[in-house]
Amino acid sequence: MKNTILQVERLQTEFTNDKKKVKVLHGVNFHIKKGEVLGLVGESGCGKSLTSLSIMRLFKGTTARISDGEILFQKNKEEEIDLTNIPEEEMRMLRGKQIAMIFQEPMTSLNPVMKIGEQLTEPICLHLGYGKKKARTHAINMLENVGIPRADEVINEYPHQLSGGMRQRVMIAMAMSCNPQLLIADEPTTALDVTIQAQILDLMRQLQQDQNMSMLLITHDLGVVAEMCDRVVVMYAGKVIEEASVLDLFESPKHPYTKGLIASVPKIGNLKEKLSSIKGRVPTPENMPEGCKFAPRCEEAMPICFQKEPATKAFKGNRHCSCWLYDDEMRDVSV
Amino acid sequence: MEVVKETEQNEITVNRKNSYSPMKELWEKWKRQKTALWASFFIILLILTALLGPYITPYDPYKADYNATLQTPSLIHWAGTDEFGRDIFSRIIVGTRISLTVSFISVGIGALFGTLLGLISGFFGGRLDRFVMRCCDIMFAFPDLILAIAIVAILGPGLSNVVIAISIFSIPSFARLIRGATLEVKELVFVEAARSMGASNGRIIRKHIFPDTISSLIVFFTMRIGTAILAVASLSFLGLGASPDTPDWGVMLSMGRDYLGTSSHVVIMPGIAIFLTVLAFNVVGDGLRDVLDPKV
Repeated sequence: MKNTILQVERLQTEFTNDKKKVKVLHGVNFHIKKGEVLGLVGESGCGKSLTSLSIMRLFKGTTARISDGEILFQKNKEEEIDLTNIPEEEMRMLRGKQIAMIFQEPMTSLNPVMKIGEQLTEPICLHLGYGKKKARTHAINMLENVGIPRADEVINEYPHQLSGGMRQRVMIAMAMSCNPQLLIADEPTTALDVTIQAQILDLMRQLQQDQNMSMLLITHDLGVVAEMCDRVVVMYAGKVIEEASVLDLFESPKHPYTKGLIASVPKIGNLKEKLSSIKGRVPTPENMPEGCKFAPRCEEAMPICFQKEPATKAFKGNRHCSCWLYDDEMRDVSV
Repeated sequence: MEVVKETEQNEITVNRKNSYSPMKELWEKWKRQKTALWASFFIILLILTALLGPYITPYDPYKADYNATLQTPSLIHWAGTDEFGRDIFSRIIVGTRISLTVSFISVGIGALFGTLLGLISGFFGGRLDRFVMRCCDIMFAFPDLILAIAIVAILGPGLSNVVIAISIFSIPSFARLIRGATLEVKELVFVEAARSMGASNGRIIRKHIFPDTISSLIVFFTMRIGTAILAVASLSFLGLGASPDTPDWGVMLSMGRDYLGTSSHVVIMPGIAIFLTVLAFNVVGDGLRDVLDPKV
């Protein structure tokens, strides 16, 4: 346990819609080790972002609420806290200092009417208790660390004077400024073009290794996962369905959904074959199917899949997968 | 040497172009708003008049001259004289101060409380928001002036009570405006990003939401000044504002209305003052909207 920085257990988050409760996360389980990059993949609408927001407890202005489960965070060597039931004020002091977050849209995640410097020094003054001058020096250092040229000028500029890639660098600098133990990156490169994407990913990887920081990388881009992550968690419809190391996952995906995801990545040079895709779409939280939630779209679905949800099974090499295919009894019955 | 100098100069100009200042950009835009530019000069003139009022009047605005009552505008009395022979132009000049101070103070108070209410109710939402907005709706149900009359009727006539009345009826419109802007801004990603960095609610409101609402606040403030000047004049006209001997524009209108048929300038001159002032503030408000609002 000592080696784990974050342990998410049976996490359930629900929204209240017209007095009706709609569960979106149905018991999410995963953990992040120290110094590890964990990829969280899945289609849009499967609860990736909500998982990260649940960890940060950024629910203001929505009706979302964690209804069950725990999120254990290793605050320091001795202390482990459950993020689901600490007071808001304590949570606030964790945000930015120990858990930081990078958002998807660099264009909108900086305040347009505030100078870069002001925004950067905000968390530095708050969490590290630096004075204005010292915070400014620190901010310039951070900007240089993320590869921004003429950092001492950029600090006096407004966000609209920077390009998207530069802004994302600023966001990274801001997130990294207080040396967090865990960085949550919610699709950090989706809004950037490909060449910038590679630069930003390299930068994040390098910073992560320098500081031995843990990272939760949320993405739907399997290319990014292959490049960045140590381990991968695949989510579908508010549940973790597979968990494996990157190599294992790409080499021998177990869950049909994971197989489908990997198969639908276009390969350069493949001109003849039609790009494969997974039929249908993620069911909405209001009408979740019975049994395995992926069954209606699954090509290998068996009768049992429509009746009962599969349990999570452990496999060799520290992998997990929830699918009836790997339940020997069931397989025998159906065969 | 010549060449070197030139390149140096080029570099300097390049640097200038790179250095960006929001104020400079605003000024550039403002210069293109021709009507608003002239209106703003007029407002500056008004403000100067309000400051220097008593020192620049050609005549003593309070001194009666019974040899020269109700004279039509001439070179001696630019705006003519009233029924006591007082110089109307001098009285208008002195009246500028009353009109501007009363309306600026009252709209300022209204804007202050309205903005606070709007920010808080927009940001926190829920029951508080519903309560504040219902209160505003109740206030909106009364026409502004009727509400002001009612408030002055309760508090008693006098300019300070006019200030209170106008502030009170300004609050709900500011609250509603700022609440709307807050609702819009608080959903933006940078607010969430700020929260993810550990910023407190108070800090988010102060540093991230309020600055984003300022542009609409400035525009509305300017427009509201026009309304307030009208309201001050109306209340004075009804005898609820300044006392009858004060050189207030509304009072002058009210006192002069008996002579409307015979010496109409007594009413027309302060009327023009009110008209031009309100017009100037509205035009400037419109111009500010064009300059400050990126959506227009």
